[in-house]
Amino acid sequence: MEQNRRDFLRIIAGVGALTLGGAPNAMGDVTTLRGYPDQYGVLVDTTVCVGCRRCEWACKEWNKLPGQQTLKAYEQDRVIFEKLRRTDASTYTVVNRFPNPRDAARPIYVKKQCMHCYEPGCASSCFVKAFTKRPEGAVTYDASLCVGCRYCMAACPFDIPAYQYYDPWTPEVTKCTFCFDRIKKEGGVPACAAICPVETMTFGKRTDLISLAHKKIRDNPGRYVNHVYGENEVGGTSWLYLSSVPFSMIGFRADLGTVPIPTYSKPFLSLVSPVFIVIPALAMGFYSFKKRRDQIAREELREALEKKEKK
Amino acid sequence: MDAITAAEFRPTWVQEKLLLGMTFKDYLRSNFTPFNAVAAAILAVGIPVILYRLIYGLGPSTNLSDNNPWGIWIGFDMLCGVALAAGGFVVGTAVHLLGMKEYGFLFRPAVLTGFLGYLFAIIALTFDLGRYYRLPYPMVVSWGVNSVLFLVAWHVALYLGCQFVEWCPAIFEWLNMKKARKIFVKATLGATIFGVCLSMLHQSALGSIFLLMPEKLHPLWYSEYIPLWFFMSAVVGGVVMVIIESAASHRIFASQIEHDEPGHLDGVTLGLGKAAAVTLFAYFFMKIIGLAHGNTWGYLNTGYGYWWLLEMLGFVLLPALTFTYAVQNHLVKLVRAVAVWTAFGIVLNRINHSIIAFNWHLPWELRYVPHWMEVVLTITVVTIGILTFQWIMNRMPILYDHPDFEPEEH
Repeated sequence: MEQNRRDFLRIIAGVGALTLGGAPNAMGDVTTLRGYPDQYGVLVDTTVCVGCRRCEWACKEWNKLPGQQTLKAYEQDRVIFEKLRRTDASTYTVVNRFPNPRDAARPIYVKKQCMHCYEPGCASSCFVKAFTKRPEGAVTYDASLCVGCRYCMAACPFDIPAYQYYDPWTPEVTKCTFCFDRIKKEGGVPACAAICPVETMTFGKRTDLISLAHKKIRDNPGRYVNHVYGENEVGGTSWLYLSSVPFSMIGFRADLGTVPIPTYSKPFLSLVSPVFIVIPALAMGFYSFKKRRDQIAREELREALEKKEKK
Repeated sequence: MDAITAAEFRPTWVQEKLLLGMTFKDYLRSNFTPFNAVAAAILAVGIPVILYRLIYGLGPSTNLSDNNPWGIWIGFDMLCGVALAAGGFVVGTAVHLLGMKEYGFLFRPAVLTGFLGYLFAIIALTFDLGRYYRLPYPMVVSWGVNSVLFLVAWHVALYLGCQFVEWCPAIFEWLNMKKARKIFVKATLGATIFGVCLSMLHQSALGSIFLLMPEKLHPLWYSEYIPLWFFMSAVVGGVVMVIIESAASHRIFASQIEHDEPGHLDGVTLGLGKAAAVTLFAYFFMKIIGLAHGNTWGYLNTGYGYWWLLEMLGFVLLPALTFTYAVQNHLVKLVRAVAVWTAFGIVLNRINHSIIAFNWHLPWELRYVPHWMEVVLTITVVTIGILTFQWIMNRMPILYDHPDFEPEEH
């Protein structure tokens, strides 16, 4: 029933958009959503991670991504840490290594993947609605709609979506799915979290994870900085991080703010319908003034001529 | 032309309408000009590049990357193309809404330039789209109404239609279809008003695309005022392109023009120069207000700050002052020179927004520099656009009033 009602509202909003030639207040889908109450999340404790990269292996395995190697090859390849990596067309998640200023012998390993924002920039950028924030928390992508404009990549504050540039006919945007096909089933856990040997990742209800994160910070004085990354960043994300050093030192941007990305374009979108009402009114006004002025000028001229003739 | 003399030659419909009243042989011969030779050379390289892009994909033909999803096909072809094609909307407003009749003769060339500018911006865009064959998806398959780009897609498409309607009277005069022409002359006012709304919105929406990227665009270019900046600079772009285009056409197609007063174009050019000066000053002050509003003064004394100052002083304030000087002293040639200068300023602004000040936080080796094929494809699309413009100008009554028809009234 709820689904029907939403579809109905969506259709109404769409009709409004067509008649007004733009996008009026049809933002109910993404931008007014203050997070699904029961959405899942993952809490990543970067102080625990040992950098075995098994999560990378499991991710490729589950999502059948190209370039898969043996699990052993992942664990043994340490040279790969010498360069910072990002997600790409064949990789949904990467583990990067950062020097640890508190203990040089124990570098910090940080797993990177889609943060699954509450109010995703990618979803609000997409002009064919290929992205969906699911009630489970996952932000999923529907390649059957994608035109390939790559606005989502530009709009992502975490630089996550990648593109299959080398596929000439059916390129797709690629990004972590939060293993939506696993977590939507009862008891399902993302492949990366399931394989982690040291429990770096805790999967659960996001609200519980927030409490857990703050409890960990409270119970272990000195172990963590007092900041749960993702709790408020860009309005909140489903994935959350704990760290022993400031997040800017381990590859996170500290300047993202707490405003959801879609909010930035909201004031502009709200201008669309007024323009279609106010501008034609003004234009017709100007046009009538002009006509009237011309007419009066013509009449005055005629009167003047008539007067002259009478004389 | 051996058998019949020129006087006896009666052109067929095809010869009259398409071959400029010549036989096919003569028409072919008439096309061997230096200009066409250069164009042919560009196409000889450019068409294979286009095919290469379509067959082998974006990877081998561009320097786009996961960090830099947009290059010059968006930054130049789309953003500059649309901004500089605003002439149709600017002249339409002046002539049909504000009743500035002395600018009326600029309406048709401006609308044609605008229409072709938009058309070829869209054509260039399709090469940038990963799945270009899905171009109509935002219209017919799925509506992403939260997206500024959705608005751009719809408005650009609708506006293309508006400009086509405004251009139709010329087409029907060429085809000698009186009734159809009359209908479209009547539709001009409506199309102009609708076009003004659409232009205001999509010109500013092209800037609003960047509103979602506060963390990637340099603070000197990022602001809540981006929509207004893009709109104002597009008005400037439209005005200066009308100055440039009218000067060029009146020289290249001089044989088509029989002016009552020879100084008419000069007077109008000075008027346009005045409009450009006023708009540029307003734009400049809006940019300064953006600095104050965002409190980004501190960035001025950095590398990006000097670059910003170069754009703002060298390509906005200085042209505005020069326009003022030129108009006051009736220096028509200077007005035209400053128009070209200002057009480069608009291009610089759009490239700054989309490429130079974009991803400014990334290390140098991760930044985008266009691939040569991206440049060649851009030049090719522009060339095809100019050839199309030339083809139409040689056939349709764009610069002159068709002798068989009454002037337009609505």
